[in-house]
Amino acid sequence: MVDPRKSIIDQRLGKIGRIIAVSSGKGGVGKSLVATTFALTLVQKGYNVGLFDLDFTSPSTHIILGAEDVQPIEEKGIIPPVVHGLEYMSLVFYTKDHATPLRGADVSNALIELFAITIWSNLDFLIIDMPPGIGDAMLDLIRLVANIEFLIVTTSSRLAFETVKKQAVLLQDLKVSTIGILENMKMDNNGCIQAQTGELGLRFLGGISFDPTVEEAIGDKSQLLGTAFARKVAEILGEP
Amino acid sequence: MHEWALAEAVVAAARQIAKKEGLKEVKEVVIKVGELQQVELEIFEFALSKLEAQGFEGTEFNISLAKTELQCRVCEHKWLFDKTNLAEDTVEAIHFVPEVIHSYVRCAKCGSPDFKLLKGRGVWIERLRGAK
Ligand SMILES: Nc1ncnc2c1ncn2[C@@H]1O[C@H](COP(=O)(O)OP(=O)(O)O)[C@@H](O)[C@H]1O
Ligand SMILES: [Mg+2]
Ligand SMILES: [Zn+2]
Repeated sequence: MVDPRKSIIDQRLGKIGRIIAVSSGKGGVGKSLVATTFALTLVQKGYNVGLFDLDFTSPSTHIILGAEDVQPIEEKGIIPPVVHGLEYMSLVFYTKDHATPLRGADVSNALIELFAITIWSNLDFLIIDMPPGIGDAMLDLIRLVANIEFLIVTTSSRLAFETVKKQAVLLQDLKVSTIGILENMKMDNNGCIQAQTGELGLRFLGGISFDPTVEEAIGDKSQLLGTAFARKVAEILGEP
Repeated sequence: MHEWALAEAVVAAARQIAKKEGLKEVKEVVIKVGELQQVELEIFEFALSKLEAQGFEGTEFNISLAKTELQCRVCEHKWLFDKTNLAEDTVEAIHFVPEVIHSYVRCAKCGSPDFKLLKGRGVWIERLRGAK
């Protein structure tokens, strides 16, 4: 018994320049917000960009984008709709506002299915919004996506960084490329995370302060891109 | 039609298997299609026949449907997937990504969405026959 879907994934991703997974061992650190803003920033710079939401059980990027009334087109595969200049794909197109209680094997199957049937165009960047943790989605990306790169998000909290540290070391062990660590929702100016990132032999990408204006900007692309948060994302990740 | 994408995957996989096994010619590919995914067999076969040209001239693609068997993890109730009572857009969503069945279908006995797909999920290659 052979699963044919894995055989086509290389071809589906073949025309994409770089594939970057915005990831964290921890939840609630700002992966979705960073991934979405990062993708929109790259669009502003004139790149062809895709955004792929792989957080099947808690998808958020459609809310951040305010992507309503869009749906993929079925044509020799699934063509993602274009939202604010981004080719955008999420399982939410099929689950709508229903809860999606998935076990690990189901997560893996849905992920493989979407990679096998989604037809991206010649993208410069595909940004992936990951579920928290180092489980099925991360392992599948490592297994299935040849040139995957990870961008790791942490907060300043030890509770986040201890988990992120393990993730970073694991990725190093597996020889998976990691762009670096981004410290989000920074509360003060101590360089603790930066120093520890250096000790891991990883690049510290920068710190982003907690921005109270972000919440109101969710769902409104222009307002979001006008926040201090988005300006900082552009400064740190504008030339990835 | 996204059947094309699935057919492309089957052809790519068949090519990989043939290469791995050192086959000069592929005589038959036996393909199973789980009912859950509701693949349009006509389009799927048509797509395969178009894709055949790429190194599979004379290959017989033998396609058959497989029932979809589900089992509840909570009460162990087993049942076969049946789309009759599902809304059209639900069936369509399941067609694209079968796992979204967990958003729409519950165990008839206990109401749990925590069930497993025992068999008959999507498209798989059961066997491939060729000549070296
Ligand atoms: N720098 C920031 N300033 C203010 N709020 C932020 C910032 N980063 C993230 N948030 C908020 O924190 C919450 C969690 O972010 P989210 O992107 O959903 O995290 P994750 O995807 O890692 O679970 C969201 O409400 C988000 O708007
Ligand atoms: Mg998220
Ligand atoms: Zn049950």
